[in-house]
Amino acid sequence: MDQTRLITLENVSKEYDGTFVLNDIDLYIRKNEFLTLLGPSGCGKTTTLRIIGGFEYPTTGKVIFDGKDITNDPPYKRRVNTVFQKYALFPHLNVFENIAFGLKIAKKSKEAIAAKVDKTLELLNLRGFDKRAVDSLSGGQQQRVAIARAVVNEPEVLLLDEPLAALDLKLRKDMQLELKRMQQALGITFIFVTHDQEEALTMSDTVVVMKSGYIQQIGTPKHIYDEPQNAYVANFIGESNIIRGVMVKDELVHFCGADFNCVDFGFKKNEAVDVLIRPEDVYIVGTDIGQLIGTVRSVLFKGVHYEMIIQAGGFDWKVHSTTMAPVGSRAGLSVVPFNIHVMHVEDETVITQEDRT
Amino acid sequence: MIKFLKRFYLVIVLLFLYLPIAVLIIQSFNAGVSRAKWEGFSLKWYQELLQSPTIMEALYVTFTIAIIASIASTILGTLAAIGIHAMSRRPQAAMMTMTNIPMTMPDIVTGISLMLLFIFTRVERGYFTMLLAHITFDTPYVILSVLPKLREMNRHSYEAALDLGATPGYALRRVILPSVRPGIITGALLAFTLSLDDFTISYFTTSPLVQNLSTLIYSETRKGVKPTMNALSALMFVALLILLLAVNYRSTKTSEAK
Repeated sequence: MDQTRLITLENVSKEYDGTFVLNDIDLYIRKNEFLTLLGPSGCGKTTTLRIIGGFEYPTTGKVIFDGKDITNDPPYKRRVNTVFQKYALFPHLNVFENIAFGLKIAKKSKEAIAAKVDKTLELLNLRGFDKRAVDSLSGGQQQRVAIARAVVNEPEVLLLDEPLAALDLKLRKDMQLELKRMQQALGITFIFVTHDQEEALTMSDTVVVMKSGYIQQIGTPKHIYDEPQNAYVANFIGESNIIRGVMVKDELVHFCGADFNCVDFGFKKNEAVDVLIRPEDVYIVGTDIGQLIGTVRSVLFKGVHYEMIIQAGGFDWKVHSTTMAPVGSRAGLSVVPFNIHVMHVEDETVITQEDRT
Repeated sequence: MIKFLKRFYLVIVLLFLYLPIAVLIIQSFNAGVSRAKWEGFSLKWYQELLQSPTIMEALYVTFTIAIIASIASTILGTLAAIGIHAMSRRPQAAMMTMTNIPMTMPDIVTGISLMLLFIFTRVERGYFTMLLAHITFDTPYVILSVLPKLREMNRHSYEAALDLGATPGYALRRVILPSVRPGIITGALLAFTLSLDDFTISYFTTSPLVQNLSTLIYSETRKGVKPTMNALSALMFVALLILLLAVNYRSTKTSEAK
């Protein structure tokens, strides 16, 4: 990937009526990157996007685009285009006129507009829809028109505010792949906002996890999943067992009444920590060799695997396994050191951990 | 029996409402001067109406004021509605109260207070003051017909236009105004109708030298009801009826479209 930093946010904060919805956001977006802002509602992800789009101005901090300070530029002077959450198509215009809106403002010739709109209709599988009223389209089609209306202007950056939230599951999955394909084909930088962790992992080059106006972690999807910064990120991304423990010394952690070898180091001696173990990394073994011994509380069949709740060492373990242990039976649990992930106890204001490729 | 009573009640109500107007219209075709006796069908009062310079003058005043006032209040009201819509909640509630008060205020209070204002500011009452008064009472109605249309709009439509390179002025002309056009037209029709049929406020804000139809009818009937006034009232009733039907048709059509 191109390493040029296209957009940089420097110490961006946003205050509404005395409450800060964004706190000292430092973030850069590289050329051709697919970057996702991920978090629950109210975490500040949409506000961040709107500050980049120019619909909100930060209370403090700067927005740098291609080396130029654009903090106070209005939206119509920015080289970015936005796909809005509920599409915000113009109801009094048909599909063609909606898509041509930006080109007309840019004073392109009639022929050029027609050619570009045609090409974009083709790209988004909207051929033959050009004369249709936008109200007469399905949600998925409106979604495509909204994307077409933005990308036809060949922006350097496309901002997408939960564009798939209103679509049903099947369509959403298809659109995820299609957006990713389009991003690569067009070579446009995408900044994507979602609360859906799976969507973020599937599509992104870089995921930014946010909570209450703070960035919690920035990293590749794999990094975020395997090495979450804290319990919040771990809980938000995928399923997890998070247990309070104590770091006895480097590569040795104590929890559930037992000592476990691990691969983490660099913690203070006897520091209180959160320990993350993913459900698929807990192995069910014989009671004679298990590191912990427990009782199976419940079993759910999930298709690919069973999901069991096993009580052991004073903790209800969530375990995903293809072999089933019946409810009420005794089972041994085992975890390999590599799958134990030790995290600092969560602190909202902690300095962001960053690791991108 | 109950069914009969229901019907009977409805007929009574409708009679109360429309019998006076029916009598008025019938009388306007009465050939005689007496209101007690039918002396045959005639259009002569209508003829006389057209030949009377005072009445034609009043007709001219009424229509020009209605047209200018409805255009001015539509522009003012639409822009005001856009401004109110963009406000945050509290100032918006304050502005809406200020918009609603003139509409609930009795016409006579509005009329007298405008009259006092014109006297106080030493503006000579006449055509211009009556026009100002009409713009004043028309504007809130336009605001109230445009606002709901603005609220129906996707709140990101305006931002989407800016995002695609439109300046705020271009976005206003090409996105906001076309989206709320039905509300603007309804508001304009309503303003025109209200202006046409207003008596009280016009009465207090004009001079005896400049009369619109309603103030003219009032001053004429004080001298004794002339049959031409029946004809004039009948014409006004029909004109307003058509306008109201147009407004109602528009609003049912737009609510069905939803």
